[in-house]
Order: sequence, then structure tokens, then C-alpha cells
Amino acid sequence: MDWQHSLLLVAPEELLSLGGLLLLLAAGWGGDKIARAASIAACIALAAAMALVAPALAEGASGPATSAFFGQFRADAFASFTKLLIYGSAIAALAVAPQFFDRYKVMRAEYPVLILFAALGTGIMVSASDFMTLYIGLEMNSLASYVLAAFLRRDERSAEAGLKYFVLGALASGILLFGVSLTYGFTGSTGFAGVNIALAAGGPMATGAVFGVVFVLAGIAFKIAAVPFHMWTPDVYEGSPTPVTLFFATAPKVGAMAMLMRVALEAFGAQPGVWQQIVIFAALASIVIGALGAIGQTNIKRLLAYSSINNVGFILIGLAVATQQGASAMLTYLAIYVAMTIASFVAVLMLTDANGEPVEQLVDIAGLSRTRPWLAAALAAVMFSLAGIPPLFGFWGKFVVFQAAVAAGFIPLAAIGIAASVIGAFYYLKVVKVMYFDEPADKVTGASDLPHKLLLLVTSLFISPLGYLATIWLGALSDSAAAALFHAA
Amino acid sequence: MIQLIAFYLFATVVIASGTLTIMARNPVHSVLWLILAFFNGAGLMVLAGAEFIAMLLVIVYVGAVAVLFLFVVMMLDIDFSELRAGFIKNFPLGMLLAIVLFVELFVGLVARSAGHLVLGKADGSGAPLAGKSNIEAIGALLYSRYLFLFEAAGIVLLVAMIGAIVLTHRQRSDTRGQNVGRQIARRPDEATVNVKPEVGKGVTL
Repeated sequence: MDWQHSLLLVAPEELLSLGGLLLLLAAGWGGDKIARAASIAACIALAAAMALVAPALAEGASGPATSAFFGQFRADAFASFTKLLIYGSAIAALAVAPQFFDRYKVMRAEYPVLILFAALGTGIMVSASDFMTLYIGLEMNSLASYVLAAFLRRDERSAEAGLKYFVLGALASGILLFGVSLTYGFTGSTGFAGVNIALAAGGPMATGAVFGVVFVLAGIAFKIAAVPFHMWTPDVYEGSPTPVTLFFATAPKVGAMAMLMRVALEAFGAQPGVWQQIVIFAALASIVIGALGAIGQTNIKRLLAYSSINNVGFILIGLAVATQQGASAMLTYLAIYVAMTIASFVAVLMLTDANGEPVEQLVDIAGLSRTRPWLAAALAAVMFSLAGIPPLFGFWGKFVVFQAAVAAGFIPLAAIGIAASVIGAFYYLKVVKVMYFDEPADKVTGASDLPHKLLLLVTSLFISPLGYLATIWLGALSDSAAAALFHAA
Repeated sequence: MIQLIAFYLFATVVIASGTLTIMARNPVHSVLWLILAFFNGAGLMVLAGAEFIAMLLVIVYVGAVAVLFLFVVMMLDIDFSELRAGFIKNFPLGMLLAIVLFVELFVGLVARSAGHLVLGKADGSGAPLAGKSNIEAIGALLYSRYLFLFEAAGIVLLVAMIGAIVLTHRQRSDTRGQNVGRQIARRPDEATVNVKPEVGKGVTL
């Protein structure tokens, strides 16, 4: 093995860990005074990491040349595509944090450090081509996430969110590890390539190996908040500080979804029959429960949590078909989903009252269109886009996923998905109705700083009909990333 | 043959004590059963020729569990006088565990000297490990093949440490930190004052 080659392939990870360590030292000496400067430095480190991963995507890198450290790590176009989304989300989570935390006087220098390490762990997850790498990346991301969820430690809801996330996350990690050890026991390898070869060889799978696959999928399903492992999501999303919720709904979710794709299609790719049923069930159940659960919600953050469960269901449809087209559709959907999620949480962060306290109840944003027309318009665009109503870009994501399902002959799956998305449209439209047709509650009067406005503008433009200008470009990138996944060997 | 007997002995005790760990009503008993399970796990590792992992199990897990035990005792509302009263009652159980551990130690050592167990072979016989010792072999792998994972695991531990500090550390204004620089720069004439109080009047400092 060529060390230089391997070390070059993990350059973004090296950069992020060095950046994190330096920021930690700076935080140790400078204290909370340097929190803002540290956030900016962390943004720069993440942007530099994005610049480092971008070439692999542009070249469509795949095959053995992208494999590092004896096949434990893979820096191909697929990893590069998802890493761009992850690091971008981390930058968004850093940009909106100072205004939020300053209100509670807890903008601490550890926040950017933890976000940086969480992004690093998520990046390792998507690059993992060995179960050990996968687990270490997952734990790095999870440990940082538990702490971030409880970051407002004086706030009871935040502490509860952190504890709940920690206990359930530890359980899910245990289930995942158990599945990995079963898989290892029955295939004799922890590397995805080795597992794939072992599973392809011996006809039908051994029962123990099937159990291994099921446990691994259950563990990952927890991380992506797919039904039936979704129960923690509304509580954690509601209780966590909103910038952290923005992070949870984007980076770790993209990471875990990409990890699931790699595990299912690379490691277990030889036996799609074993996991397809599970994925189909999880997809349909997530769509339906995500849509039904959201209907009764009065808190916007809880509503968005159910919306993310719902979206995960649609993304999983792309995985259930187990084709390259499906994988490409998933990536396109993920990119649009990240933009929609950032837009929605930034809009929620901008809902503040005169004292700067966050406004989270649905009734309090009644008549927003008359008091804050632009913010209401952006939020309405996000809601229409999440519902997948045609002129907006959110429609495109659902369209490509269903197209892949139909092309692979999964017509009933696509039909049920489309029918269930109509239920979902109900609560998205309810938010729009409250903002546009109800009597103004006149609660949202606070101002927001520049990063919020800028982020909202950029993401809203992306999910607006203007986004369709990017479809060819986005489709080509998704295709090359998905091709890298299918031509790994 | 003796390896096989030892293997089944250890494996049975691991499973039995594992079950008792979750079945025991008294949390202190649970911890004791857990320690027994770890010891037997270590015995299995010795049989498989992985002495280093066996040592790690005993030192790290049993050591850490002793600390965990303290935490359990501290955090749960256990009546100590009642616990002491139960000492005589629990003494036979404790002695039994000690005897089991001793017998196992003996059996394990005898079995180990008869060659180690090769996993995956039904009769459990096998050749001794060639060349390197356990620690050498693990070290060579950790710093070459698994270098990336090793370093990444280091960062995971660092994140855990940052997390613990972020969640518990408080800036307190009422504590006085030590200022080494000021301490060293202090001179005797600044530190002491010479006063000559008049008779009947006190000293003001």
C-alpha cells in the first residue's frame, strides 16, 4: 500500500481534524471571547475541505484508485458529493449560531469545535468502506451530536433532548455493532468488498447473516430516523437549540443515508432480496407516519421533525429499487432536501419576538404575510417545496425518485408513495394557510442578522423554480456519484 | 481436550453470570456478577491465545467496573447499615465467587500450558502462535494497517472529553486561582510590614 496516496486521499479529514485541534487550543486559551472568531475559522476550514473534496466529484473518481488504508476508506465521487452537502450544512449551522446563542449568553468557543468534529465524523461515515471505519465515524458524529443537543444545559428541554438522544443513540449503536459482529462472523470480513464477495458466493444467505443484515439496517434506520425507529426525532428536534436542530436535520442525516446506501449497495449488494423488503417497509411507514404525525403538531420545530421523517421515506424509495438510477435519484433528492431543510430552519430562527425570544408555536405566526411579507413568502415557498408542489424545486426530487421506482418496475410502491404525499401536503398547506389567511397575531417582530438573510435568500432561490436551471448539472453530478457507488471494485 | 473442557467451563459461566447480572435485584450483586462475567471472558481470551486482550479485559473492565460500582453505591440510595448487616448473609456467596474464580484460574493455566485453542476448529487443538507476542502483533497492526482508525478513535475520545467538559464545567467567580507568576515575583519586603504599635492600640492590617 502506498502511504502517500492514502494520506492524500484523506486530506479533507486531516485538514478538519487539524483545524478542530487548533481551534480547541485557541478556545482553551482564549475562552468564550473568541467564539465568533472560532466560528469564522471553522467555516473557513469547512470551505477549504469542500474545495479539497470537490475535484473527486468533478472527475467522477471511482474504482481502486480511490481506496485508501487497505480498503478501509474510500474517497470517490459518491463520498465527495455527500461530503459537499455535509460540510455545507455544517457551515450553515455555524453561520446562524452566534445570534441564537448570544441571546442566552452561551455562545461558547466549543460550539464550532464540536460542529467541526461532528462534520469530520459524518465525512468519515460516508467514506467508510469497512464496518470499523463506519462505526468510528458514526460514534465521532454521534458523541458530538449528543453534546450539541444538550448545549443549552440550563434549559430543561435541551438537557432532555441530549439525554434522550444519548440513551437511544447508544442503544442503536449497540444494535448496529451486534449486527456488524454477526455479519463479520458469517462472512469473515469487515470490509464491504469482502462481505460482498462472501455473500455473493454461497447461494441463499445463512440465517445468522440475515440477522446481521437486519440489525445493521435497524441501527442505521435509527440514525436516519426512519419509522419504526423515529420516536426520538420530534423530542430531540424540539428540545435542541435551533441551530443544532438545523445541523441534525441535515449533515448527520445525509451522512447516515449515504452510509446506508453504501452498506446496502456495496456490502450487501449481492443479496438485495434480503434487505429490499425492510427498506420498502421503512420507506412507506416513514412516509405515512411522518405525514400523519405532523397533522396534530402545534410547534413548528416538531412539525419539521415529522416532515424530515416523511422526507426520509421518499428518499428510501430510491434505495428500495436497488438500481443505479435509484441511487442517483436519492442523491438529487438529498441535495434538494438539504437546501429545503436549511431554508426552513433558518426561517424558523428568524421568527423572533421583540425581545429576541424564539417564536415556535404555529398560532404565533398567524398572519405573518401582513407583518413580514418576505419571510412569510420564503416560508411558504419552503412549505410548498417540501410538499412537492410542481413549480417549486422540491417537486423535482420526488419526481426523480418515483421515476426510478417506476423504471425498476416498482409501480405499486410509487403509487402508494404518491398517494401518501397528498396526506403530507395537508399540513404543509396548513402552515401556509395560518400565515396568509389568519388574523395577524403580530408576535414576530424581532430582527435577524445578515447571515440568516443571506442563507435564506440563497436556499430559497435554489428551491424556487429557478432551481430547475440546475437540474441538468445536478443530475449529471448525481449520476457520476451513483456510478462510483456501483463501480467500487 | 482440556482446552475444550476449559472453554465450556468459561463459556457457561460467562452466560450464566451474564444472565444473573440482569436478573439480580440488588445492583451491587449485579456488578459482582458482571465482574465474574468479565473474568471468564478474559479466560476465553487466554484460551484463544490472546493474552493481551485478556489482560485488557481484567485491567480495564474490571478496573473500570470497580469505579462503576462506587458510582452505583454513591448514586443509588443504599442503606449502608443494612448492607453491613447483610455481610454475614452474603459471605457464602462472595466466598463461592472467589472459589469459582480460583478454580477457573487454575484450570485456565493448565489448559493454556497444553497449547491454545484455535477458534473455528471443533476439537480445539492447534499450533502455538508463531514468532511475535500478542502485544507486538497488535502494535504492528495498529500503527500500520489500522493507523487511520487508530487516529480517528483518538479523536472520538477527545470529542467525549470535550463533551464532558462542555456539559459540566462552570466559570466560578468565587474561586481563587493560583497565579504562579505573581507568586514568584513577590518579594519579602512587599510581603511583610514592620509596624510599631503604640501601647494599648491594636495593629491595623
